[in-house]
Amino acid sequence: MKNNSFEISKGVDWTLMLVYLLLVIAGIASIFATTYRSEDIFRGFITLKTDYSRQSFYFLISLIIGVFILLTDSKFFTATANIMYSLGIIMLLLVFPFHTEIKGTESIIRFSYFQVQPAELCKIFVCLALAKYLSSPELNFSEVKSQLIASAIVLVPAALSILQSETGLALVYFAFFLVMYREGLPSALLTIAVSIALLVILTLLINQNVLAIILTALALISILLVRNALKRNKGLLFLIIFIWAAAVGIQRFAVPFLFNNILKPYQVQRIYGTVGKDFQFDPASLSEEELKKVEEKKKAGNYNVKQSKIAIGSGGFSGKGLLKGTQTRYDFVPEQRTDFIFCTIGEGFGFLGSVVLLSLYLFLLLRIIKIAERQRSVFSRAYAYGVGSVIFFHVFINIGMTIGIVPVIGIPLPFMSYGGTALLTFTVLLFILIKLDADRQMILR
Amino acid sequence: MREINQSRQNVIRIVIGLAFSILIIRLFFLQIASSQYDVLALDNAVSKKVVFADRGIIFDRNGKSILENTLTYDLMVSPNQLSGLDTASICKILQIEKEEFHKRVIGCIIKNGRYRPSVFEGALSDEIFVQLQENMYRFEPGFFIQERPVRSYPYKVAAHLLGYVGEVDSTILKRTNYFYQIGDYMGLSGLERFYESTLMGKRGVRYQIKDNKNRIVGSYENGKFDSVAIAGKNLRTSLDIDLQMLAERLLKNKLGAIVAIEPKTGGILAMASGPTYDPNLLTGNLRKLNFSWMLRDTARPLFNRAIKGQYPPGSTIKPLGALIALDEGIITPNFGLNCSGAYYGCKRAIACEHKNPGHASNLRMALANSCNSYFSHIYRLAVDNPKEQTTVNGYLRWKKYMNSFGLGVDLGVDLPSEDNGLIPDTSFYNKLYRNHWSSCTNVFLGIGQGEMQATPLQMANVMCIVANKGYYYTPHFVSSIDNATEDEKSLDQYKIRHEVTKIPDTAYNVVQLGMQDVVDRGTAYAARIEGIALAGKTGTAENYGIIYGKREKLANHSWFVCFAPRENPKIAIAVVVENAGFGSTWAGPIASLLVQKYLNDTLPSAKWSEVERIEQKEIILPIVKAKRKKLDSLRQLNIQKQKLINQSISLIDIPRKKENRPQLIFLTHCVAIKTEHEEQFI
Repeated sequence: MKNNSFEISKGVDWTLMLVYLLLVIAGIASIFATTYRSEDIFRGFITLKTDYSRQSFYFLISLIIGVFILLTDSKFFTATANIMYSLGIIMLLLVFPFHTEIKGTESIIRFSYFQVQPAELCKIFVCLALAKYLSSPELNFSEVKSQLIASAIVLVPAALSILQSETGLALVYFAFFLVMYREGLPSALLTIAVSIALLVILTLLINQNVLAIILTALALISILLVRNALKRNKGLLFLIIFIWAAAVGIQRFAVPFLFNNILKPYQVQRIYGTVGKDFQFDPASLSEEELKKVEEKKKAGNYNVKQSKIAIGSGGFSGKGLLKGTQTRYDFVPEQRTDFIFCTIGEGFGFLGSVVLLSLYLFLLLRIIKIAERQRSVFSRAYAYGVGSVIFFHVFINIGMTIGIVPVIGIPLPFMSYGGTALLTFTVLLFILIKLDADRQMILR
Repeated sequence: MREINQSRQNVIRIVIGLAFSILIIRLFFLQIASSQYDVLALDNAVSKKVVFADRGIIFDRNGKSILENTLTYDLMVSPNQLSGLDTASICKILQIEKEEFHKRVIGCIIKNGRYRPSVFEGALSDEIFVQLQENMYRFEPGFFIQERPVRSYPYKVAAHLLGYVGEVDSTILKRTNYFYQIGDYMGLSGLERFYESTLMGKRGVRYQIKDNKNRIVGSYENGKFDSVAIAGKNLRTSLDIDLQMLAERLLKNKLGAIVAIEPKTGGILAMASGPTYDPNLLTGNLRKLNFSWMLRDTARPLFNRAIKGQYPPGSTIKPLGALIALDEGIITPNFGLNCSGAYYGCKRAIACEHKNPGHASNLRMALANSCNSYFSHIYRLAVDNPKEQTTVNGYLRWKKYMNSFGLGVDLGVDLPSEDNGLIPDTSFYNKLYRNHWSSCTNVFLGIGQGEMQATPLQMANVMCIVANKGYYYTPHFVSSIDNATEDEKSLDQYKIRHEVTKIPDTAYNVVQLGMQDVVDRGTAYAARIEGIALAGKTGTAENYGIIYGKREKLANHSWFVCFAPRENPKIAIAVVVENAGFGSTWAGPIASLLVQKYLNDTLPSAKWSEVERIEQKEIILPIVKAKRKKLDSLRQLNIQKQKLINQSISLIDIPRKKENRPQLIFLTHCVAIKTEHEEQFI
């Protein structure tokens, strides 16, 4: 320990840092492109009255906090992971009595000037706590009990987020199952999860009865194919019948039950909207008010996606150029500074720009996996995978939503979307990773 | 264990790679493989505004502008910017109630939405405009004044030939291949339509960027694609506006038409059709309403009888019969017929107005006295000409003469939808009489009756031919276009001298003298003018109409065709007054007054009282009159109905927030009142 400045930069992965800076600057440029209205640019940046100046300010704060993280001893994160997780859960619970009413969300606490969204920040704590649990020496992750505990760590904040009407944020927590998969969650579980997801999507696309017939036919064909093996092993027959029953049960009863009784009508409509269909609600089961809300949300959702597709589609191969996008400049795309920020890239820089941006994200993710795999401690590796999974989920769902292949779920594009909490959260997530990586020679638990 | 880990991190890499591939493939289809989004984006954000050029002005032969542009001013409102407005004072200036004010604002929101400006009060009167202009600073930006060019007709005449402009409808949009846009104005009739491409000038196009609320936020690509509007070109016409005004005055309270042409050039001096209307009725806000009322008028004021009215020409055709006979050598000018009051050459006798012997002792006498027997006879001689061997060939030859005189063919005047008139083809008679017909069958053609039909324009043109002794220029209005370029509508066709078949001048001389006799001592003595050698021919055309499904003989049409002065013709006129009896009673004096006015540039005071007498005389068939009266009372009732609706609306308390409710109330009241009155008429 000769001097501090040497200490900070030692072992830091500068490639990761560079990608991070590029993404944040691209974000600020995009916000500038959508909100700049021929005012004096210099004044615009220093007054904090414009969105791009505010985002730059958040960036500055994030960087300062990032430096603090780099100065912190990396043992601090392992030591406090569980405490921070508890604090995070307490914060989430505090939201219920103290939240402020802001357009449709119940997840924000406001202190005089700034506001916090605990559900957003909690991602960091879950990431740390999960890594901590997975790295505990006495853990045997092949046991169902430990799998359940790990799931609980992830799903408790998710459940609390749903209760705060933040379904989108809650979905992100499912990204952590990717971490568990890496750390030894049986791949059968993942296969089952993917199969169920596929079945649900097919239920949306194909008529119920037709799908049932197809499934039955598939079951009969597989029995025919393995009929020789069946003679030796009766259990196989039961397995096929069980899978068939489960599949039909899901598509005939579980999915309709999910849509009719569990999800909110507008969410159902959004999901159906993505595949270009209308869900026929039972008019008796919905009150007039709810039906109206569905209509409103449907209109708004369809409008958003339509306008966003127009904006991105009109970008063509090389785009219209910065500040030239007619769609993003004149408010055709709602929420274009925040959740639909990708439209600005799509319209202004076209397919070329979009692919460059996506490559940047892909590079970031692959880099994170590379970093994860070079860690000597399980904690660091699990944490790295956590960060990667969260970023991957955000990028895929956000961009997928703007181009109409994922239902409208309001989650930000990492590092780019306007918003202080989101930028800070992702910065902290990434900088802790950088710090852990810098200290990868040390043994951490 | 390590192997498993290796495979698992690769699985995760593959999952991520797949997800990104899906995104990129989708982006490829969205951005590169489909072009519809470009169009949608342009639709969204760029509005193409057609900037209208000022339409060209139309001048008469003396350089007076007879169709020009004026500006009217509309008061516009942007409903979203109305907060904090001094409603009371604007209501005071506009002289409306506060309820009316709110009603109009709600109406604007329903029509155009909250953000786009709509017309609050159109075509402001001068008085209100001045008051508003002074106080405008108090009402901005919620209200603003917008100027709008409209066509104006300072002399309030020549409605039929000048035409009018109107908003384009969907059929025009399709026909012009979307050259126009909804909301554009174009010439719909008359010269406005015929010279549309010249008058409209070159419209400019301005591309503007609009935002999600449809507000204009700036120009598109700094005006790179914009084009500047170029004003329309002015038209110089041969019309004499004073003559036109007199012509329309003389046709007042009558149905009929007047066409006056300058024989030397073919330039039309005046063209009137009765009944007419003030062309200013078809400009501005009330255009559609006025149009619909005129459309329902049984006297058909919108119908240009001068080019579309097809009348049997009656005796006015006789000079042509004489020319044909002379040219064919069938008769000499001295040929006479002993007529005792009827023509007995065919099975049915044809009555003649004159019984005194010797009234048709030579061609001049026969013309002067308009002897039916004489002209029936020479018609038959022409058709049965031994040179032609058969009746059919003889008739075809006669028809060829008629067509070369401009009858039964369209002349090509510079107005839209001119009618042909009718000189029947032989096939017509073959079919009607199963190939068994002779010169007797259609002998009435010789005296301008039967199946023959001609428009007043054609008859005026016939007079030009007689006056010019054998040639004419296609009748037309426009003599030149100011600053004409090559892509303008060509006027060359009006400079071509059309030679009619080579009839010798001697034949014309005799006919001209005969026609002068008509005025000096014949049937049109009433049309005689002191000091002017007027050559004319009266016509009294029998005609039939279908009334309540029954074919009935109606009162005769009164015809008069003439040119003057005979030696050096300066004007040729055709006048027809529907159902007015003898040609000499009404048509003759009307033509005579016009000739005098045109040649002397003024009328003696005694003649002005004559003008007044003619003007006040109403000659309209009783049945037409009765139907017109009914329509008039319906119109009155409609005005009352509107008043009632306005009253009932102001009585209803309009809920301010629910915007669609007053509309509903309005509609139900409308229906109730309508049915009530409709019943009175059914």
